[in-house]
Amino acid sequence: MTDPRPATGLDDAILSVDGVSVWLAGREVLHDVGFRVRPGEFTGLIGPNGSGKTTLFRVILGLQAASTGSVLVGGRPLNRRNPIIGYVPQKVFLDPDMPLRARDVVALGLDGHRLGIPLGWGRRRQAVDRMLAAVDATHFADARVGNLSGGEQQRVLIAHALISRPRLLLLDEPLANLDIRAEGEVVALLARIAREQRIAVLISAHDVNPLLPVMDGLVYVAAGRTASGPTEDVIRAEVLSALYGQHVDVLRVHGRILVVSGAEGASGVTLEETDSATAAPDVVVLR
Amino acid sequence: MSQVLNAIFAPGFFASDPVRAGLVVGAVVALVTGAVGVFTVIRGQAFAGHALGEVGSAGGSLAFLSGTNPLWGYMGIAVVAAGLMEVLGVHRPRARDVATGLVLGAGLGFAALFLYLDTTSSSTTGVTVTILFGSLFTISQPMLPSIVVLSTIALVVIASCYRMLLLSSLSPELAAVRGVPVRAVAIAYLVIMAVAVSLAAETIGTILATALLVGPPATALRLTKRPGGAMAVAGLIGVAAVWIGIVLAYDSFYWPPVDHGWPVSFFVVAMVFVFYLGAGMVAALGRARRDRRVGTLLAMGESGCEPHVDADAA
Repeated sequence: MTDPRPATGLDDAILSVDGVSVWLAGREVLHDVGFRVRPGEFTGLIGPNGSGKTTLFRVILGLQAASTGSVLVGGRPLNRRNPIIGYVPQKVFLDPDMPLRARDVVALGLDGHRLGIPLGWGRRRQAVDRMLAAVDATHFADARVGNLSGGEQQRVLIAHALISRPRLLLLDEPLANLDIRAEGEVVALLARIAREQRIAVLISAHDVNPLLPVMDGLVYVAAGRTASGPTEDVIRAEVLSALYGQHVDVLRVHGRILVVSGAEGASGVTLEETDSATAAPDVVVLR
Repeated sequence: MSQVLNAIFAPGFFASDPVRAGLVVGAVVALVTGAVGVFTVIRGQAFAGHALGEVGSAGGSLAFLSGTNPLWGYMGIAVVAAGLMEVLGVHRPRARDVATGLVLGAGLGFAALFLYLDTTSSSTTGVTVTILFGSLFTISQPMLPSIVVLSTIALVVIASCYRMLLLSSLSPELAAVRGVPVRAVAIAYLVIMAVAVSLAAETIGTILATALLVGPPATALRLTKRPGGAMAVAGLIGVAAVWIGIVLAYDSFYWPPVDHGWPVSFFVVAMVFVFYLGAGMVAALGRARRDRRVGTLLAMGESGCEPHVDADAA
């Protein structure tokens, strides 16, 4: 980014993570993690499953204490219920028997933490309708969420997170379990929201490729360590090999990125045909 | 006309004090269990609800020994059991059935003891049957105000926590992020469920109490897609089941074996089940009609409009 001001650190960042380490059950899950996210920036949090992405989110959300290091959100230390942050968790079990319409889920984003029965029907309904329209969910607003497709549910959850007007939107693996078309729609929607409303988006994914066209920068997580910066600077063989602690190659094929483990002692590269969702840390990422 | 009415409502139905008390108490309790039970079903806590009802047997039989109304026994034990279940880990998904089962087992152990003492002290098994299977015709009239007050409290608490309960049922994580005290809300709900199921135990017995807590809400969830609507519909279905049950039980005095009415709880629970099956059929019919309509629209949209032949393809 072209920021004329000197990097004093806390200046304009909506999220600053500094030297965060997390120990869980005697194991260091995150080690010395640090990066910044600025308003309106679209940042990918990329890494294989089990690398620590969800733990990092839980730290930023204040649901998990960091063993060391600091997290500033909007320039201030963490507390729970930070209205600046909107959150779309990875697993929301939307049962078809759940008596909630899409619009009910969105409305809960507005006032789901309040006591009592909702009042002010008109204004509430307007706000919900506007939000549903913003995520192209108007035509299924009155359907049960449990009956919607994965992509539709994802849009409803995004609306749920956005309706309280956060400045930072965290999404944990929102593209998992989506087909390619729904994946593209969700990414385009998020990019539009980040641009139009100047909301910083931090989105975790095990595959970098769907995000390539829209990312301003990324944070790569592997084995609890991170490297951050512009995509070209981070996704390089030296950087990722250092993260993984073993040699990996970065291949670029038709504008897509492929991170593969160097075969043990072999001259070539083995490309394991692995479903990226279940990939071991040393493989990955192309469909 | 009056003959038809007489055939439905056997003579003396509306003049009978036990019937009147049963109609009022049954309706109040059904409204509460309907509202509370919607969250029991959504949160997948039917087993916990059942356990809270059944451990009430211990309290009810103890209350009988000490000469107080069983309702206080049901409720006292159920609230204690709710606390124990929470301590033993009912909030952890994996541990919750074990925690519930342990408390249920311990509670029923005490029930075995106290019911035995009841039976030996009164030399009749009547009290055992009343506690386990209830009877709307034996509601003691002086208990009416207490039942109404407890019901109101339960409804007020549910209304206050309504949105927090919905959000934490949708996703505990989302709720926690929004600042909902998820654990406190869960404990409050467990206690309210204990109260509701105790009220149900007072009407249809400790063993059958879950039928009112789970049946009408599960039925309503098949018919409505709004949470508030489901609570109201569940309440109405419960009231209908209780009232029809009372009418049939009163009529059954004239059925064989003559002069021995059938247990009212049997009819209430049977009605609950019939409504549930009926709602399933209504929902299935609605789905089929909707699918057919969408299918027709899609077929009309396609040029050539072939009758669809893909039915056997799979």
